[in-house]
Amino acid sequence: MIEVRQLHLRTGSFSLADLSFTVATGTYAVLMGRTGSGKTTLLEGLCGLRRVQSGSIRLHGRDITHLPPASRGIGFVPQEAALFPHLTVAEHLAFALRVRRWTEDAIRLRVAEVADSLRLTPLLERRPQGLSGGESQRVALGRALSFRPEILCLDEPLSALDDTTREEICSVLASIHQTSGVTVLHITHNRREADRLASQVLHLHQGSVTQAPLAS
Amino acid sequence: MTPASPRIAPPPSARAPVATPPPNPTRADRVFLAGIALLGGCYLLVLLAMLVADAAYTSPAHLWAALRSPEIRYSIHLSFLSCTLTAVLSVWVAVPIGYLLSRYRFPGRALVDAILDIPIVLPPLVIGLSLLILFQTAPGRALERWFPITYAIPSVILAQFMVACAFAVRTMRATFDHISTRPEHVALTLGCSRPQAFWWVVLPEARRGILTAGTLAWARALGEFGPILIFSGATRLKTEVLPTTVFLELSVGNLEAAVAVSLLMVSAAVAVLLLIRTFGAQESLGRPL
Repeated sequence: MIEVRQLHLRTGSFSLADLSFTVATGTYAVLMGRTGSGKTTLLEGLCGLRRVQSGSIRLHGRDITHLPPASRGIGFVPQEAALFPHLTVAEHLAFALRVRRWTEDAIRLRVAEVADSLRLTPLLERRPQGLSGGESQRVALGRALSFRPEILCLDEPLSALDDTTREEICSVLASIHQTSGVTVLHITHNRREADRLASQVLHLHQGSVTQAPLAS
Repeated sequence: MTPASPRIAPPPSARAPVATPPPNPTRADRVFLAGIALLGGCYLLVLLAMLVADAAYTSPAHLWAALRSPEIRYSIHLSFLSCTLTAVLSVWVAVPIGYLLSRYRFPGRALVDAILDIPIVLPPLVIGLSLLILFQTAPGRALERWFPITYAIPSVILAQFMVACAFAVRTMRATFDHISTRPEHVALTLGCSRPQAFWWVVLPEARRGILTAGTLAWARALGEFGPILIFSGATRLKTEVLPTTVFLELSVGNLEAAVAVSLLMVSAAVAVLLLIRTFGAQESLGRPL
């Protein structure tokens, strides 16, 4: 469960104050809001990439407000995938596991498992330069899921994709959520994405988060 | 000290778009293109004419004679050794400074940035003179007592380093400015500490910029003369590097040897420029040299 209480974040002259919301364990939450409303800032605050001025963030009852990003156990997929240009797809999937000093056998098994679930097996030896937008996003997803995070934060992962690829990644996201049971916080300003994926819709507007109704 | 806000930057591999001529150029288009081609062509012509004149002035016999001279061979040896050491030291210092200036905002950052430009804007002779004076101060003399620097080989490397490093810092700053902070942030969420994210994600992405900074520092060091003349002297078989050789040969009227050594330096400079072009000039300086 993600519990955010009276959170205050600041980036330059922009700030978000007194934000409170809860996302239950296993929920696929979609956070919507206009461009510039602070969705990415909030997500970065959750991931530990932006300093919290005040308030608290708790994950499954554990206070992570001031923990470094590495200790939070949150998988993060940014809008532009942000793949590492010098690594192959297989090395991307193994990256977090190598940091955690998994054994080579365990890494090989997990990479094969993630690659299989995201249909990345034929691409394992490729580098990011040769991947399409949809493939890049699937690699970014696999990289974030490889270490079995408790929470998955997605920052507009579909915004740069064409309609067909968008639909394909939507199916992948729905499938991942169903099979792994990971709690997802997905940022978008696309209502159709929210209708397609969300089990909870949150709306960030004028500095406050409100619960929005689900599509019937 | 706080992390700089992330900026969306083009990937290091991004190249500037190439302008293609319009399909049906008008008379104004043709006059414009001819004008800029003429201006650029004149400059290029003078550059090439200089090199051709150098080559025509000398002969293989002169080059061979220059290469057989023990003084000139020593000078070639010292130049290549000192330039390589300078390039390695410059990269070693420029990478952390460039990263710090690119990624962090801290009090006095603008001042630090300006101070780092001093070796670029100061006349080279003044840098040599300042180094000489620095090593006449009490701490400088104390250091010289157990490690002689002034008028010795270390002074050549230090004089080259003080100028070349400034150019390497500029290159590394521009390189890190063009590398998005996003992959680094992702690495942090994947379990990396800051140093791990730097070593495993940022540095590999900056490798072309590092190579450019190193080759640029090497080339700058090769051409450095003023600070070396003042701080190291021009002693044959001791502190003589290739520009010193050109100066010494000219001063005794041996123009053939001076031109032969100059051609050697031109060849080395062209080789380095080709290296820079090949290995990613797109990550080069944010300002002209």
